[in-house]
Amino acid sequence: MPAGTLYRGREGMWSWVAHRVTGVLIFFFLFVHVLDTALVRVSPEAYDDVVATYKTPIVALLEYGLVAAILFHALNGLRIVAVDFWAKGPRYQKQMLWSVVGIWVVLMVGALYPVLGHAVREVFGS
Amino acid sequence: MATPTLDKVEAQSAASPYITATFRIRRFNPEVSDEVQWQDFQIEIDPKERVLDALHKIKWDIDGTLTFRRSCAHGICGSDAMRINGKNRLACKTLIKDVNPEKPITVEAIKGLTVLKDLVVDMDPFFQAYRDVMPFLITKGNEPTRERLQSAEDRERFDDTTKCILCAACTSSCPVFWNDGQYFGPAAIVNAHRFIFDSRDEGGEQRLEILNDRDGVWRCRTTFNCTDACPRGIEVTKAIQEVKRALITRRF
Repeated sequence: MPAGTLYRGREGMWSWVAHRVTGVLIFFFLFVHVLDTALVRVSPEAYDDVVATYKTPIVALLEYGLVAAILFHALNGLRIVAVDFWAKGPRYQKQMLWSVVGIWVVLMVGALYPVLGHAVREVFGS
Repeated sequence: MATPTLDKVEAQSAASPYITATFRIRRFNPEVSDEVQWQDFQIEIDPKERVLDALHKIKWDIDGTLTFRRSCAHGICGSDAMRINGKNRLACKTLIKDVNPEKPITVEAIKGLTVLKDLVVDMDPFFQAYRDVMPFLITKGNEPTRERLQSAEDRERFDDTTKCILCAACTSSCPVFWNDGQYFGPAAIVNAHRFIFDSRDEGGEQRLEILNDRDGVWRCRTTFNCTDACPRGIEVTKAIQEVKRALITRRF
């Protein structure tokens, strides 16, 4: 029997969903990362080929996505630790979530140039 | 004297407070079909009435087969928790004007428990989890000849969790519980909290051991759905967190 409509949770539920999604994405990255790093033991040439593809603008965009996922997961992780261990944590969970989002936005803006600068120069010329 | 009274009644009916509201109810009757279906009911109702009044109107005037639980109808018995516009609430504490009657108001059974018919679910797993945390006073030694005295501060420690009416709005709003009904669920933990932090009780250690289980408090993912859903305003997630911390520090 279908479960009915989507439950209308609030900030807490959606931050949990986002935490899960970013966690799974980071797992997939780590999986690929272990594989490509292990490749150097198989064939250093193949490793160089693979790493060369990482310099393309599309992968740079993926890297920016990775930064986004890791930053959210890390910051929200701290919030969850505070919810569990700080006596006033549950009461301030919404404020803490919006602080997490605020810090996340600032750090994402800061990561624009270091992560995407190379790709922008490649696409639009320097 | 009779005429002015009549005039007054007519004047009142001219400015009718009634509106036409649509209630979209998720129907399920295993004796008729295995399929669930959404059914719309349009009724004239005062928006200051409660969703429960609307359900009564539908059951009494339109379709007598509509099945739901309610008992006291005043937010104390905890029978009529249901999902109204996607959120767990008590039908008897939800005013129609507060759930946007401009659009169809969806009403469905609470999630995570087996639907028996329409809005009625099987509450047995819910109450089993409640029984499993031993929600009664456990003491050692001889019974005192007088009351068991407690200071106001000691009583205050667990005041929040005494308010629970066991309506299951919290447990059935929990994503962990939807996925795995083995989880004790917020309501059982709230009721364990009520005794763990009671200075007169001596069974706290036992209850903590029960909740230290893999289906105990550690499955809480702090989504705060329970705190948002509680019709009694209990800070459920906070209570669960306090039990978690009591397990780590063994201070309670």
